[in-house]
Amino acid sequence: MNFQFPDLTPVLPEAFLVLGALLLLLIDLSIKNKNATAFISLVLLMVTGFTVYSTPSGVTFGGMFSVDAYSSFFKYIFILSAAMAILVSGRYLRWRNEEHGEYYTLILLSTAGMMIMASAADLITIYLGLELMALSTYVLAGFIRGEVKSNESALKYFLLGAFSSAFLLYGISLIYGLTGITRLNLVASAISESGLVDNPVLFMALLMFVVAFGFKVAAAPFHMWAPDVYEGAPTPVTAFMSVGPKAAGFAVMARVFLVALHSLQADWTTVLVPIAILTMAVGNIIALSQQNIKRMLAYSSIAHAGYALIGLITGTSAGISAMMNYLIIYAFMNIGAFSIVIILDKGRVPASSDRLDNFKGLAKTHPVPAFLMLIFMFSLTGIPPTAGFMGKFYLFMNAVEAGYTFVVLAAVFFSVISAYFYLRVVKFMYMEEPEEGEIPAASMSTAPVSITIVLAVTALAVLLIGVYPEALLAMAKNSALIF
Amino acid sequence: MPGSYIPTNYLPVLIIFIIASCFGLVMLTIGNFLRLRRPYPEKLSPYESGMPPVGEPRYRFDVKFYVIAMLFVVFDVETVFLYPWAVAYDKIGLFAIVEMFLFISVLLVGYAYAWKREAFNWE
Amino acid sequence: MIPVTWYMMLSAAIFCIGIFGFIARRNVIIMFISIELMLNAVNINLVAMSHYLQDMRGQILVFFIIAVAAAEAAIGLAIIISLFRNRATVHVDEIKEMEG
Repeated sequence: MNFQFPDLTPVLPEAFLVLGALLLLLIDLSIKNKNATAFISLVLLMVTGFTVYSTPSGVTFGGMFSVDAYSSFFKYIFILSAAMAILVSGRYLRWRNEEHGEYYTLILLSTAGMMIMASAADLITIYLGLELMALSTYVLAGFIRGEVKSNESALKYFLLGAFSSAFLLYGISLIYGLTGITRLNLVASAISESGLVDNPVLFMALLMFVVAFGFKVAAAPFHMWAPDVYEGAPTPVTAFMSVGPKAAGFAVMARVFLVALHSLQADWTTVLVPIAILTMAVGNIIALSQQNIKRMLAYSSIAHAGYALIGLITGTSAGISAMMNYLIIYAFMNIGAFSIVIILDKGRVPASSDRLDNFKGLAKTHPVPAFLMLIFMFSLTGIPPTAGFMGKFYLFMNAVEAGYTFVVLAAVFFSVISAYFYLRVVKFMYMEEPEEGEIPAASMSTAPVSITIVLAVTALAVLLIGVYPEALLAMAKNSALIF
Repeated sequence: MPGSYIPTNYLPVLIIFIIASCFGLVMLTIGNFLRLRRPYPEKLSPYESGMPPVGEPRYRFDVKFYVIAMLFVVFDVETVFLYPWAVAYDKIGLFAIVEMFLFISVLLVGYAYAWKREAFNWE
Repeated sequence: MIPVTWYMMLSAAIFCIGIFGFIARRNVIIMFISIELMLNAVNINLVAMSHYLQDMRGQILVFFIIAVAAAEAAIGLAIIISLFRNRATVHVDEIKEMEG
């Protein structure tokens, strides 16, 4: 057997991040000031981002790991969302006496898992990346150990996450049994060469993948875990979870469906179209009745998974680029909205934290956060001139071009419904009086600098992409060329 | 493929799905009507080898056991990777050795962390 | 020699038992054991196919699944313990802090 030393340059960013996270875990044992740990983890993420930028495209480990423009685009999303999640975490954890360095290590490891997922060109690598991401996120969801809500969130996330990865594995084993291979591009050629397209077992495997990824991106009818998990998890973790793992799920989904199962496109669109419509319906309709802002944003996050699925359904390079564009826009607006929720947070008073009523009269007491929330809510609804509008516009345009007009009609219909619950927050802030006897959030005007940075970045990004989307779109188009 | 989204080919699947759900429901309903329901205390009590049950069926173990068990499971199972390595390392050469030492050092980080956090400390 | 389809049927049966256990039982530990059952069904499948195809890839994946399942078990237990400390129950129907 002739064994060659694998080329390690393509995995450099992931290797650096994992080693950095492990070292941080050890160094943190002797660091008293956890802000320092947070700072080191931010530096690590920045360096990783730079290595992602400077790593040339290439394939390594015998084709199991591939770096291309597509994976790099997603890696930027992950690094950005991880960095913003770290920036907004400090005070939240401090107020709950759960400021531990492990938190940052876990976020870094979860990010590394997502990066491996984005680069995975083999079913085994997909599984490993997914588990690294998922296992770290389970712990993060239960990080506030003294709070039952947080425990419960972690438990539900863990049980359903493990359940869904069993489906993924069963799908992998079926594909492996049929084709004798796990490499995505070779699976595709094996399917077309040996005429497996109409094989019912292959369709079974496809369904298994749909279930597994459906769970990961919280698409209906596999969304039941999302509201509870998002509500109970620490808010910064919720912000991170609703962006990073979701984007990673879509990254893998696009690769598996468009590369490995390319010849089954007619089948998976048949399955995904009803799922997308149902996801948008469930997310937007149930969000209408929510009284808790985190729960409302959880349902909104389900709905947005439905929108992003439209890009995948089109199955064209342009559709995928619209999906990627949408995911990064979603990252900005969602983390922005969650940062406002974190500012309004009241520490260990779970009963009154996160209530939608906390937003009543916010414009009078705290005009700046109220205005930022207004921007994010407009963007999530998809009102111009915000980024959310541009993202949806390109998604819908591509879907219409690909012939999925009725899906777009459904999406537009549900977007109109979504305006009701997003704009209700705006109405609360601008048209209602602050609640009697309600203590205003203790240090809203003295929000830490780190949260201010995140808010500034996200709000600027949302507005900038809204008026000038060409640069981002060109980048996304360029990255989706591999399909 | 535009226009191919109408799932006509899956009508049989839908039909079998409906038949299967009806079958399950009908069976449960019939069973519900036909079966006898005569509970008495002995029948409802948990079975403990014919003896009358004594005390709570569940003990509460000390949490420390779980911590040790968790650490054991993780470190124990990670050694499965050593077996294929031990069989094949002479064929793979230098890379295998470097790789395995990397792997072991990752485990060591976990070990050092557990030690420092006093997970091995019984008191 | 036992044909590979038998193994696949065994695996499918165990996988379905796992799904049923996960959905029907309400004890967190049993639900978790059901998940392990599903993972091991996959392992049977992979090993049988790997032997049938005379290809090592399936067995490599089995090693990874075993290792990840162990990590998963550790994390799952840790989560259950921390919940138990606050609530003293392992019954999912009693774990419903959040409704809506």
